[in-house]
Amino acid sequence: MIEAYLMHLAILIFIYLLLAISLQISMGFTGLFNLGHIAFYCIGAYVSALLALNGFPFWLSFISAGISALVFGFFIALPTNKLKDDYLALATLAFTFVIYAIALNWTSLTRGPLGLPGIPRPSLFGISFSSNLSFLFLTAFVTLASLFIIKRIVDSPFGKVLEAIRDDETAARVLGKNVFKMKSYALAISAFFAGIAGSLYAYYITFIDPSSFTLLQLIPVLTIVIIGGLASLKGTIIATILIVLLPEPLRFIGFPSSIVGPMRQIIYALILLLILIYKPKGFYGKVELG
Amino acid sequence: MLKIKNLKKYFGGVKAVDGCSFEVKKNTITALIGPNGAGKSTVFNLISGILKADDGKIVFNGREITNEKPEKISSLGISRLFQQTRLFNNLTVKENLNLALEQEDTKFWKNFFGKVKLNRGKEKKIDEILKLVNMEKFKNRLARELSYGQKRLVEIARAILKPHKLLMLDEPVAGVNPKLRKEIAKILKKLNKEGDTILLIEHDMNFTLKIADEVIVMDNGKVIAKGKPKEIKNNPKVIEAYLGETKK
Repeated sequence: MIEAYLMHLAILIFIYLLLAISLQISMGFTGLFNLGHIAFYCIGAYVSALLALNGFPFWLSFISAGISALVFGFFIALPTNKLKDDYLALATLAFTFVIYAIALNWTSLTRGPLGLPGIPRPSLFGISFSSNLSFLFLTAFVTLASLFIIKRIVDSPFGKVLEAIRDDETAARVLGKNVFKMKSYALAISAFFAGIAGSLYAYYITFIDPSSFTLLQLIPVLTIVIIGGLASLKGTIIATILIVLLPEPLRFIGFPSSIVGPMRQIIYALILLLILIYKPKGFYGKVELG
Repeated sequence: MLKIKNLKKYFGGVKAVDGCSFEVKKNTITALIGPNGAGKSTVFNLISGILKADDGKIVFNGREITNEKPEKISSLGISRLFQQTRLFNNLTVKENLNLALEQEDTKFWKNFFGKVKLNRGKEKKIDEILKLVNMEKFKNRLARELSYGQKRLVEIARAILKPHKLLMLDEPVAGVNPKLRKEIAKILKKLNKEGDTILLIEHDMNFTLKIADEVIVMDNGKVIAKGKPKEIKNNPKVIEAYLGETKK
């Protein structure tokens, strides 16, 4: 029993880690105040779930989840190209609401609030990932491979251009960098990994509905990125473990479940507030907010 | 090399640049001077594409570049230094310089497969330029850890390092101590000797008149005088508009 619980937590940690490191690309490294991340996660989850429910193999629906989120990433980069800081935050936040509204109201496709139940657990090359242990291995593999890829990107000269844009967009343009292209790539790559995180989530829970993709779900991810430190992958890993595990003891204190949920939100908000006051760069962040 | 014809930029009712025309000849050091608010920096921003001109023409090497994108203008061979320091603060000095040097760093797949690297040739160029501005020791320091003067030197190095045909410097020695000023003057002279064309804005008249071949004086968005430093020094219009009482 306790093993199943720990396994569940480990899977959650990996999924959140994937979400957080992908948000680091756009927010931490490129400085785009992207609040649309959960929408890309939502797109990935729905694309993946719909394909799986229609009998498509895991690899195909998994890749499609990433690609469709990536396409939306490019799509969002077009109109938001000239927006900065709070304005970009508002525009991407609006995108989160739009995607949520579509998931909720396009009932012929998404079944709206009824959600999509019965998503089959994946299998790949004849290996079934139906047990939680095997699914944990799959999630760990995907997340660590993504971490490796993301690290490769941000450590390359390409990643340095992203950071240059974050620090001073005009100066980057005057050095001849195509800032629009770079920002679009950053958003799209970031969206791709959020999309595959959504796919993993859908396959893991086997049921998705629009309520899993609201602004409320973005808050823990945002908290992770900020307390881990902008542009720090190491900090993100530590922060993910901390943020996923921290509210868990609440379960054992014996509060009724109607209180546990709000308590969780209070804890996140409190941590965020304390970090912003006492350690504005997060654990390992190089970059200060603002 | 660079021709500016009847350039205009209005900010609401303020005529920042109002029919400005001048030319920068190849292999010269041309200084753009004038009182604060004369429109010098605005002209720079128009040339480098950061601002869009309301009217007029900018021609660079026979090609019209008016209202082109900054990255396009940059790739045609115009490198510039800003009036305020604009280093990438969270990157190291070396990374800042490599951004100026590296032209393939925006190609995703090439970078992804590790085909874009800081090779020995580039590293050598970075070392050379750091030696020129006497900043070798700070190569691996973050830009934000540097003092103002040091930042300025790295920024000048970055502007020089960026492949260019025309180097535009907006107040390169403002706020820099006299010893460093001399150093910077020497560096600019050396670059000019090696074939560089330089356009600079500077308030320090000693510095400017010493190194410039041509001087253009602006006031109220217009060019009011141009000529050799000696002629400018004695031009009554310039004395009135700019040098004021210092020259009685």
